[in-house]
Amino acid sequence: MNDALHNIRIWDDLARRQNAVNNLHPLVKLLTTIFYLIVVVSFGRYEISSLLPLIFYPVVIFSLAELPLGEVLKRIAWAMPFVIGIGIFNPVFDHQTVELLGFTISRGWLTFISILIKCVLTVAAGILLVATTGMERLGAALRMIRVPRVFVLQLLLTYRYISVLGNELARMLRAYSLRAPGQKGIKREAWGSLTGSLLLRSFDRAQRVYAAMCLRGFAGEYNSGAMAKIGAGDLGFLAGWSTFFIMARLYDWPLWLGSLLTGVF
Amino acid sequence: MHMADALISPAVGGAMLAVTAGMAAYSAKKISGDMDEKKIPLMGVMGAFVFAAQMINFTIPATGSSGHLGGGMLLAILLGPYAGFLTMASILLIQALFFGDGGLLAYGCNVFNLGFYTCFIAYPLIYKWFTHRGLTSKNIFWGATISALIALQLGAFSVVLETLASGRTELPFASFVLLMQPIHLAIGLVEGLVTAAVVAFVWKARPEVLEKAAAGEAMGNISIKKVLTGLVVAVVIVGGALSWFASSSPDGLEWSMERIAGTAELEAPAGIHQALSDLQSKTAFMPDYGFKASEEEIVEAAAAEEAAGTWPAVDAGTSVAGLVGGALTLIMAALIGYVISLSKKKGSRAAA
Repeated sequence: MNDALHNIRIWDDLARRQNAVNNLHPLVKLLTTIFYLIVVVSFGRYEISSLLPLIFYPVVIFSLAELPLGEVLKRIAWAMPFVIGIGIFNPVFDHQTVELLGFTISRGWLTFISILIKCVLTVAAGILLVATTGMERLGAALRMIRVPRVFVLQLLLTYRYISVLGNELARMLRAYSLRAPGQKGIKREAWGSLTGSLLLRSFDRAQRVYAAMCLRGFAGEYNSGAMAKIGAGDLGFLAGWSTFFIMARLYDWPLWLGSLLTGVF
Repeated sequence: MHMADALISPAVGGAMLAVTAGMAAYSAKKISGDMDEKKIPLMGVMGAFVFAAQMINFTIPATGSSGHLGGGMLLAILLGPYAGFLTMASILLIQALFFGDGGLLAYGCNVFNLGFYTCFIAYPLIYKWFTHRGLTSKNIFWGATISALIALQLGAFSVVLETLASGRTELPFASFVLLMQPIHLAIGLVEGLVTAAVVAFVWKARPEVLEKAAAGEAMGNISIKKVLTGLVVAVVIVGGALSWFASSSPDGLEWSMERIAGTAELEAPAGIHQALSDLQSKTAFMPDYGFKASEEEIVEAAAAEEAAGTWPAVDAGTSVAGLVGGALTLIMAALIGYVISLSKKKGSRAAA
């Protein structure tokens, strides 16, 4: 529980550091990420080799931003079960086989691998976006692409209060577990009262929050400070990666490279 | 329940994003028009509340297992449909960004599956119907339980449709439905009972919170007529997008239908009907169908533009080249990453 709260904060701390990737304009990073995701998911089921060059983007960003490998991998692993659960049926339902290096392999396994690669790439791209941008600057980027003010405000407030209410809940759960030793979860009789109490506390807190915000001059806008203009470097980042993504989508570089090598030897 | 990017196609993801963006914009407009700024902190804190509540383990009596709360129905009941929808949308965005729980391209699908059905279908049509004669413990219990249950069933069914329309998995429609619906019936029951328990508790402790929400004062009311109009528009948009996709790419819904029902015709209702009536015989592994459909698919794929890159057309020689090249690509990527971090470390040491 406290681990989960700690985990969500890690990314904000990472995003606050100064480095080449973190200092890029948030809007540019958002657009690059979205374009990357579209390119990745646009690959068909049987295209595996041509999908691989796209791994350059997360690897380069990851290295440039000096992110902790373990945390990123942990987060990717968390996202895998659902995808594996659905994807594992591909080998079950697609028995058509293909020859590969003299081995016979079912096409279902190939499509399963393609899904797994896509999962790793897409989840990595999303994590890299937050880990190098942070929630508040991401909110500012969303405002720039005309996402309604109410939604962005609500998003940022939700994010900000997760840890506050998480701590509240941690205290309640500790109190409960002290009164119900050796019990794994919350029993049926307390479902409503425990969650309901947390809810009412949240309501009260919201009112205090609102009062405090009003006293500090809140007038319906969340001021995140001045945002730097998009510079030439930002545009270069966007243009460079977009070109790379398009080239990776159009040509099968690994196949070409492999043909070259196997042709030579 | 959260859709991942790896399982969807750009067409499906894009169409669903467009639909949910429209609904979110409408909800945001509705809220700004109807309410004062006071409610925004409330929405924010409620979003955080759902996050916290999702971490509670509820012991399920007589099973030894435990369940969690999703929270969509609870938000709709406590905040009203529009604010509930926006709050759910922001929760899902944070989950996608920070936990990799549902992808960014699949974000539209997830908001639709978990936010639309709870706030714009189950709340006005089911919960309101149970409680329109007044709030009593019994009305709240049945209203909250049944609406949460049905909303989750609809959401799970949407997951099936969105996944099949994307054509990334080989799961036949009937098996996928049989896999998803019963699991979510159990999950939905727990969700419904927890929601009912929480709403009942709030109603006893602070009846004014629910009365305000029920009267539409809290966050704006919703008319069923508008919901139905919106639903029809959404169905037309989604249906249009899907049929366009299905006709432009052979490996989408059409292909799934072909496998299950033995017909390539895009009469979805007939296909689904046939699939359901032939359930027992068709959910087997279908060796004949598999072979036939795959052969047809190869022909279709060859006809398609991207045929050059698809697997079945590749011979053994090129597949070796693909493997060698793929391995080299990965090694190069790893090397580049290693060199960058090495130079970074050197740089920071020099700076220190």
